Amino acid sequence: MSSREQILANIKKNQPPVTPLPEITQLTTSGLREEKVSKFTSVLQAIGGQVVPADSWDAIAAYVSTQFPSPARTINLVQELAGHLPLAVLEKDPHQLESVTLALLKGHFAVAENGAVWITEARLGDRALPFICEHLALVVHADAIVSTLHDAYERIANEAPYEFGTFIAGPSKTADIEQSLVLGAHGAKTLTLFLLSGN
Amino acid sequence: MEATAEPKTKDHATLADTFNKDEARVDWHDKTLWFVRQKRDKAAWQIPDWEHLRETASQIKHNVLSNLHHYLTQFEKQAQQNGVTVHWAADAEDHNRIVHGIIQKTGITRVVKSKSMLTEECHLNDYLVAQGIDVVDTDLGERIVQLAGEPPSHIVLPCIHWKKEEIGQLFHKHLGTPEGNSDPQFLAAAARVHLRERFMTSPVAITGVNFAVAETGEIVVCTNEGNADLGVQLADVHIACMGIEKIIPQRKHLGVFLRLLARSATGQPITTYSSHFRKPRPGQQMHIVLVDNGRSERLGSEDFRNALKCIRCGACMNTCPVYRRSGGHSYHYAIAGPIGSILAPGLDMKKNADLPFASTLCGSCSNVCPVKIDIHDQLYKWRQVLAKNGYVSETKKTGMKGMAFVLSRPGLYRFSGAVGRWFSRYLPFTMNNSLNPWYKQREMPQAPKESFGEWYRKNKKRS
Repeated sequence: MSSREQILANIKKNQPPVTPLPEITQLTTSGLREEKVSKFTSVLQAIGGQVVPADSWDAIAAYVSTQFPSPARTINLVQELAGHLPLAVLEKDPHQLESVTLALLKGHFAVAENGAVWITEARLGDRALPFICEHLALVVHADAIVSTLHDAYERIANEAPYEFGTFIAGPSKTADIEQSLVLGAHGAKTLTLFLLSGN
Repeated sequence: MEATAEPKTKDHATLADTFNKDEARVDWHDKTLWFVRQKRDKAAWQIPDWEHLRETASQIKHNVLSNLHHYLTQFEKQAQQNGVTVHWAADAEDHNRIVHGIIQKTGITRVVKSKSMLTEECHLNDYLVAQGIDVVDTDLGERIVQLAGEPPSHIVLPCIHWKKEEIGQLFHKHLGTPEGNSDPQFLAAAARVHLRERFMTSPVAITGVNFAVAETGEIVVCTNEGNADLGVQLADVHIACMGIEKIIPQRKHLGVFLRLLARSATGQPITTYSSHFRKPRPGQQMHIVLVDNGRSERLGSEDFRNALKCIRCGACMNTCPVYRRSGGHSYHYAIAGPIGSILAPGLDMKKNADLPFASTLCGSCSNVCPVKIDIHDQLYKWRQVLAKNGYVSETKKTGMKGMAFVLSRPGLYRFSGAVGRWFSRYLPFTMNNSLNPWYKQREMPQAPKESFGEWYRKNKKRS
């Protein structure tokens, strides 16, 4: 008997009578836009992210050009910023992204309770990009914040299917040395979140 | 234990004794973990539905266990449709052989690995190294213990027992950092440079799995450091290893578990990265190894199957008064603390017979467990199973039998009490000596003149 058959036979023999799945819909919540924006902002700041409110794409472009002046290698994949920063065309080999100083990406939506931004390969250019770049900047519209992860998965279910998707909450970090928090473990050292209001 | 004739690895009490020799370090270890427990409390209290969430998670996991056959086959089918190769491993050896087989086919020897307690359980690193594979752990804490030639002492905080000065020395020796520099910021930056080079040059990445969704065939891997993603996204081959109990029915259930996991583990609202791997990227190979290693057997045990609900957050360790003061290595098993103590005897009763006794049965572990495993009840039940199977030491057995004999005979009980009180009052050295194991690390109390029974009879008459 193969391992597969052996394991499955053993499970069939040993699993207890079926118990029902609990309903989880009552856990979903909705909140006022202002509440979600303020919760999201305070949580993301508390976990080391920098929240930059922006009322226009121009404001975002202006912030980027002052904070990351050339010759920083910037990869912009945000269509709406193409007028200010050319859209990057990525090479096939993700290792080539090692020298990227700043990656500028547009998240699908954000989660107020934990400061996380959901982004899938459709907007990543390369799956390695948000992890290998030195600094990461994400743009999220202030209207696109949900309260909790329950709401988040409800939203994901209604969006286009993904092959790879990730929640990113703040910069990479470690507290493995005596519980001292260090920002910038293996992934991006900083996370800037442009919270866009208006168009 | 004494029940076996052959010599065995040192037991929990002996190893805890060694750890306890440095009292200042024990205090520091204790406080550090309690600090993490407090962070967990603060995070939990911010969620009004917290208890409801725990109950929901527990029920989902119960459903998973009761329907595991279906969910596993559904997961396999979905994953295969996603272009993933699914492997089944009956035990640790099977698992190690499969992983090595996949690596061997690539002809590559440089491998990066992110944190996976399953691979610790299976001793994958030792196996791969023996086959000539150069495997590097990329989680900072795991890299530290790997360089030191030790296993992790905690499932979430692998080097929680290491002081920064010692890590500074270790890095000086292995990574060439300046001697005497023990600044965490500096050391973490040195590790980043050291490991970045490995990420850039390792075409095979091994990861663990936090959750596997039956409905979609995707797996979710959570890290703070970004090491799992850096490894996988730069590699040609991704091997994900998981215990069969990591399955959850539907994607929406991730909402429940991801809300609980990081808050329970470290008090964070969520880990920095929660990556959902559904399909390999074009040109990449993705393998998932489903590992049994005793789990399907445990599923048949009503008393102990709930341990399979564990999501490996480590909350039970951080809160455990014994773990905090004895250190993770005293448990001599890949998973330390209360959860390790109920998992280990299921794998090897003889070798791990001491672990269910490494507890005060205070119940704090069960109270913080995000999936409501009855950990302290299981510890108690394991003790009975172990005693029945002859894995309890003669001293303990004789003591317990003697106690049962006395306690079931009221006359004898009253007489022994009186004798005991007389000896401890007038000849205390007969009890306060090294022959009495109960006296170890304890002060014997001053015995009262009379027992409660005697006092009660006297005062009841008076009123």
